[in-house]
Amino acid sequence: MIESERLAHVFVELADTLIEDFDVVDFLQTLTDRCVELLGTDAAGLMLTDQRGGLQLMTATLERARVLELFELQVEEGPCLECFTTGDPITNIELTEAEANQRWPVFSPAAVEAGFAVTHALPMRLRGRVIGALNMFNDQQVELSDSDIAVGQAMADVATIGLLHQRNTNEQTILSEQLQTALHSRILVEQAKGAVAALAGVSPAEAFKAMRAHARRNNMTLTDVATAVVDGTLTKDMLVSA
Amino acid sequence: MTSARVTQILSSAIDGSPSAKDAPHRLVVACAQALPVTGVGLALMSSGGPAGTVAITDGVAGTMEDLQFTLGEGPCVECSSTGRPVLQPDLARTGPGRWPGFSAGALEAGIRAIFAFPLRVGGISLGVLDLYRDRAGELSDAELMEALSFADAATAMLIHLQDQASDHSELAAIEVLEDRAEVHQATGMISVQAGVAMAEALVRLRARAFASERPILDVARDVLGGGVSFAETYDDDGDGR
Repeated sequence: MIESERLAHVFVELADTLIEDFDVVDFLQTLTDRCVELLGTDAAGLMLTDQRGGLQLMTATLERARVLELFELQVEEGPCLECFTTGDPITNIELTEAEANQRWPVFSPAAVEAGFAVTHALPMRLRGRVIGALNMFNDQQVELSDSDIAVGQAMADVATIGLLHQRNTNEQTILSEQLQTALHSRILVEQAKGAVAALAGVSPAEAFKAMRAHARRNNMTLTDVATAVVDGTLTKDMLVSA
Repeated sequence: MTSARVTQILSSAIDGSPSAKDAPHRLVVACAQALPVTGVGLALMSSGGPAGTVAITDGVAGTMEDLQFTLGEGPCVECSSTGRPVLQPDLARTGPGRWPGFSAGALEAGIRAIFAFPLRVGGISLGVLDLYRDRAGELSDAELMEALSFADAATAMLIHLQDQASDHSELAAIEVLEDRAEVHQATGMISVQAGVAMAEALVRLRARAFASERPILDVARDVLGGGVSFAETYDDDGDGR
């Protein structure tokens, strides 16, 4: 059972990021980080529709989860894709069970190989439309309780609301604009990660941490930091704090 | 999966065309035929605003592009400066408050809806694909998918045309841009190593993959792993960095 005070704190934190200078990549990263903390899962990832018939991985909390989720997209089979297609939640699937192997013959062994024992996928739904899915993994054979799943679904709903934060007269238009912007922001952040990695001689993952830390310290959005890196206006010394 | 349609659009735009000049025009014409729109424009963008029209369909699209260029306002200008798509399914209702000069001109020319898509790859901004329509209404999901596929194809084409300017490869080889985190990260690394802008870095990465006949993802991974560096190669502009 999740402590209600902690839960309230997380939702306030997420709501806080929604008001001004909203940054979608940072927001989704924070959301998946908190999801892992709250639900005690070992990894979480989030995929969004690219509105071209496919899904794009927006964020993953762990490298082996990121690799697995990209593999899922490549082989076009797995919990996130199924959840996105059907719109139904998928919970507490034991990956070593025969059932999982029948359901996702390629994905399940790969997930076990990556060290995961249980998977869950929750839909990001908006009035009959599914715009993405939140994927979670456990290393051990533990079950999420109904209340854990309800919290996970609430996180997925917050992610959906986040994309629509500029509530406006035309929801579908706003949604499309936001989704497309989110996809480009992710690419921008990847480019900036590479630039910082080259500048500071660190890995892209460390570069990402440095960029996030810089954003927090200076009250900037992650996209602002990435843009400044790409423009060349943000130097290595400014990024890597002493 | 996603890129199949984009590949198809690109190959029909270059089909039988010996010169790069015709490809953008074929693309906008195909776009206007594939979608229920009145006109399509493909504009280049610089940080300062509209930098010229690459291709337009006959009729009203030219008027619209000229109008935005003259006024310096409009969905295409906004799309370019913010990097966000600008979807205006009902210009009469939402346009005048946002772009007074442009909206008046567009409505007078009979345009009721505008959909502008930024042609960008993260931090690389190339231009805008503008779709103009003489009746109000949203694009359906299928139409939006088609419009985005044309935008992806136009982006790949503009990157490729830059590549041609720096004298690499043939027109026959316009490829769909590989959207993988490693490719984007490697682009960022190359821009620092070679001291060039992000667009130039992507062109160099693609050129290297093309020249060595390897998948771009493999070359990108080598760049990230330090096995390939762009620090001292391609120093043909003499800046020595």
